[in-house]
Amino acid sequence: MYFSKVMSGCVDLRGPRAGAPPASYDPLPPIWTHPDPQSVTRAGPGPLNRASTRTAAAKKELMMWESLREALDEEMERDPTVCLMGEDVGHYGGSYKVSYGLHKKYGDMRLLDTPICENGFMGMGVGAAMTGLRPIVEGMNMGFLLLAFNQISNNCGMLHYTSGGQFKVPMVIRGPGGVGRQLGAEHSQRLESYFQSIPGVQLVAVSTAKNAKALLKAAIRSDNPIIFFEHVLLYNVKGEVEGPEYTQCLERAEIVREGTDVSIFCYSRMRYVVMQAVKQLEKEGYNPEVVDLISLKPFDMQTISRSVKKTRRAIIVEECMKTGGIGASLSAVIHESLFNDLDHEVVRLSSQDVPTAYAYELEAATIVQPEKVVAAVHRVVGAPAGVAYA
Amino acid sequence: MTPRLSSCSRTGGAGADRLAAFRPSRGPQRPTRAARQVFAKAVATPTKEASTSASKSASISSETAKELYRDMVLGREFEEMCAQMYYRGKMFGFVHLYSGQEAVSTGVIKACLRKDDYISSTYRDHVHALSKGISARKIMSELFGKKTGTCRGQGGSMHMFDAEYGLLGGYAFIGEGIPVGLGAAFTSAYKRRVLGDDGADQVAVNFFGDGTCNVGQFYESLNMASLYKLPCIFVVENNRWAIGMNHLRATGSTLGDEEPWIHKKGPAFGMPGVHVDGMDVLAVREAALEAVARARRGEGPTLIEAETYRFRGHSLADPDELRSREEKEHYAARDPIPQLRAYMLKHGLASETDLAELHASVAAEVDDCVEYADASPKPDMSQLLENVFADPKGFGIAPDGRYRYELPGFTAGTAEVS
Repeated sequence: MYFSKVMSGCVDLRGPRAGAPPASYDPLPPIWTHPDPQSVTRAGPGPLNRASTRTAAAKKELMMWESLREALDEEMERDPTVCLMGEDVGHYGGSYKVSYGLHKKYGDMRLLDTPICENGFMGMGVGAAMTGLRPIVEGMNMGFLLLAFNQISNNCGMLHYTSGGQFKVPMVIRGPGGVGRQLGAEHSQRLESYFQSIPGVQLVAVSTAKNAKALLKAAIRSDNPIIFFEHVLLYNVKGEVEGPEYTQCLERAEIVREGTDVSIFCYSRMRYVVMQAVKQLEKEGYNPEVVDLISLKPFDMQTISRSVKKTRRAIIVEECMKTGGIGASLSAVIHESLFNDLDHEVVRLSSQDVPTAYAYELEAATIVQPEKVVAAVHRVVGAPAGVAYA
Repeated sequence: MTPRLSSCSRTGGAGADRLAAFRPSRGPQRPTRAARQVFAKAVATPTKEASTSASKSASISSETAKELYRDMVLGREFEEMCAQMYYRGKMFGFVHLYSGQEAVSTGVIKACLRKDDYISSTYRDHVHALSKGISARKIMSELFGKKTGTCRGQGGSMHMFDAEYGLLGGYAFIGEGIPVGLGAAFTSAYKRRVLGDDGADQVAVNFFGDGTCNVGQFYESLNMASLYKLPCIFVVENNRWAIGMNHLRATGSTLGDEEPWIHKKGPAFGMPGVHVDGMDVLAVREAALEAVARARRGEGPTLIEAETYRFRGHSLADPDELRSREEKEHYAARDPIPQLRAYMLKHGLASETDLAELHASVAAEVDDCVEYADASPKPDMSQLLENVFADPKGFGIAPDGRYRYELPGFTAGTAEVS
């Protein structure tokens, strides 16, 4: 079968199946919590019972920043050419603690504290990657990487091609992005929409502690340049993580919840916004399928087209701006390739095309809230299929 | 306060000592070792040949001199052939010729670097590639856009790369190659300091022009090179013009000077700044040998400003109307090739026959590379999609579950990859 062939070295990861609530996936700050956050509407073991179903030697629970740190630690130990460079990644341990304490273990050269010169140290990372190292370059905030656009676009993405395949650039460019908590316009940017057109790079967005660790390991081991999007508000999300040899396929999407009514495509923090809406939707009798894109570029067209063929309706929930976002690309692709499988036009829920204001209410109005997702499902699906749930 | 030639007590008069303005300032402290290395050679007049021939080290062998000469002649003949080929419609786009600047490429790369050292360049990279050792055939084929080119026809004039000889590119945006070269120097230092490879003493040399010295990446790289003590050498080929912008109009003068000296920016970033006559290959070689030796010893970076000149316009599309005839004649009189020729003949390092033989062999090599490039095949369509990713899984998964690189059209360049 194709699967065993294409997934050598990868693990086909599906999210938790319908019927069992996922590991605690509700990290939304209280102001955005749905009115009824604690109700569990599905049969199955609740949070308190889960411990008893796990064996003693089972996986541990870590917060996302810890799981990323663990991935870094394991990969740096495994391969001495892996190094991290960025602002405050060494002695400070990273502004989100992702490299906390690692400089004591690996030294100042492998955890390189750079001066504040994004374009410069990004280029230095490219040169190091071309000559045998596997650097991870951290942007303290993804937004700062706008300053490194020259190096990311021209050199990171294009060098393998313009050199006729002579030099590879096995870099990981990572950092926190997305809208946080009243961080102001410049710290609330979504750079995935700017980077997506760059040929020669892959874009990956993580959302759980488990996939963060597994994807970071895969990204470090990959020979391609990977732009790795973390989210400022997800670093404290807790979840089970796997062991040192567990990696996740960089090109595959994750099915968070199987369903039949509508396919909701999301990524990063919007996964949680959507799952928050799903709680409400389940109560109303809807059965949405939720797909976490993971790979923003290239799209996993197998998972996406399977899902759309099954449900015949698609909603995209993203934190990017409406104009030119990941949703814009995905919407175009779905319309072009799955036109006859659609019963409704693809609906995009994106952020407003405005700079993110500082004031809480304005900020909340800029991005997609669970209520909007619920309303979109109502609009796209109409009346629920009427299947009763326990 | 601001030192002036006329008021400098050491010189005893205005204009008497042209070097006065370039000497390190006499502060209360003894100049550091690095500061003492800031020296300059007077470069403005054609008569300097007499003064510098005495200062050149006589310890250059006949063999080395002939190698340097041949390398410069190869650079010159190759570039002249490029101009011919361009006007005959064999190469297209933007082609930037190096004619006149050969002494810098030969003096730094041919004279001082090993095969495993790295260089990064700008769009004016043909001769850097030749000096580094890449065959003229591969470079001409690349310019013709053929499959046998050094980048399989995918790079072109401005993007020459060679992994075997450590040519890290060929960049169109000035300044963007400097951090890349710095990264190669970082790898060299990393091998020594982290991986324990004591023999890893490769150096990286970055070539760029006067215009680049206003780009932020230049300063960012100077800082990091000095901060981390990386074996990186910055060579500024100051040919005084950035397309139509004269250096004096684009860059502010350094304090107390009438010229925007670029080498003076070196000490500000903790490295020696050396000014050298870029039309004199032996002077360039001398400065570069010391800079490379410094870097290999682990003492850190050096900034070399080479005063040079391009005899042709910025590119083959440049009408070159702004530069004065006088300026062009002045530098034509300082052409590096006749200079070295005269030196070699004078010091008995080669005879007229030897030099004629070298010229003939270069002419043969250049003719051969044109024939080879002409006869080479064009790139296949398979090259459209190959090499975009080192791991072709980067194109993702198609609707039927296969990776896109497995689709039949991929090799033909017709597969839908997005």
